[in-house]
Amino acid sequence: MKFAVIVFPGSNCDLDMYHAVTDAVGEQAEYVWHTETDLDRFDGILLPGGFSYGDYLRAGAIARFSPVMESVKQAAAEGKPVLGVCNGFQILLESGLLPGAMRRNEDLHFICRTVPLQVKKADTMFTSAYEAGETLQIPVAHGEGNYYCSETQLEELKQNDQIVFTYGAALNGSVADIAGIVNEAGNVLGMMPHPERAVEALTGSEDGRRLFESIVRQWREKHAVTS
Amino acid sequence: MTYDVTVYVTWKEGVLDPQGTAVTESLHKLGYGEVESVSISRMLQLRLEAAPEEVESKVTEMCEKLLANPVIEDYRFEVEEVVST
Repeated sequence: MKFAVIVFPGSNCDLDMYHAVTDAVGEQAEYVWHTETDLDRFDGILLPGGFSYGDYLRAGAIARFSPVMESVKQAAAEGKPVLGVCNGFQILLESGLLPGAMRRNEDLHFICRTVPLQVKKADTMFTSAYEAGETLQIPVAHGEGNYYCSETQLEELKQNDQIVFTYGAALNGSVADIAGIVNEAGNVLGMMPHPERAVEALTGSEDGRRLFESIVRQWREKHAVTS
Repeated sequence: MTYDVTVYVTWKEGVLDPQGTAVTESLHKLGYGEVESVSISRMLQLRLEAAPEEVESKVTEMCEKLLANPVIEDYRFEVEEVVST
């Protein structure tokens, strides 16, 4: 399976994302600069964390207009897996691929530590290797991860079963402790915690590895690749 | 025509503004207990060339597309013609 790791000016988790899908999970990946417009050769799209365009105006607001984003939207429409982590999640929100918006953390602190993360939904292409209700240890590193959506939107998220991850304990003020959501079609996941930083026991936790393994497993089943 | 446009981007009602809350608390600590709330907004100043009949619609478009995030923010703006001297 071949992944595109999209690199914006100011991305800083692109290397970790690349490392996770290549060294940890054993698949192929390529860095794709944000000015590229052709993503046809890729099977999955990864939007890494960082501070694209210095978070100017609002986090993710400028990156959304990068040339590559039209192709990301197209890949999403084609049903390819699209994963946005941290700033990648913020970009998915700003571009309208996922509902809601991010505010500054409730206590205004930049929160950088490993937190308990609960798997609410294990029947997605990103979480099939987890058990629903399982608690993972995954690092967060964000100043603007306070997820907001209106009550109506929250009802919709619940009804469509789009809430994938919640914080094990209140963390940043997010509505319903939401840490990650999928789109209605189930192939676009945005999450604030960093699974790509938790793929080896050496660095504290390997609970994030199964997220990437889930994506690969789903792709292999769909394309009947046995090797 | 040349216009100076001032755009105010504010939080939608009901959206908690963590910075505003922190500043409210600081003002209380300074003894200004009369302050009920503080809301921190963004102000953007644009200078642009536009035909008189389209300046408002153009700025509205800019606000909707980029300057404000309609999920959490409201906007309003004031248009002033720049008179060349």
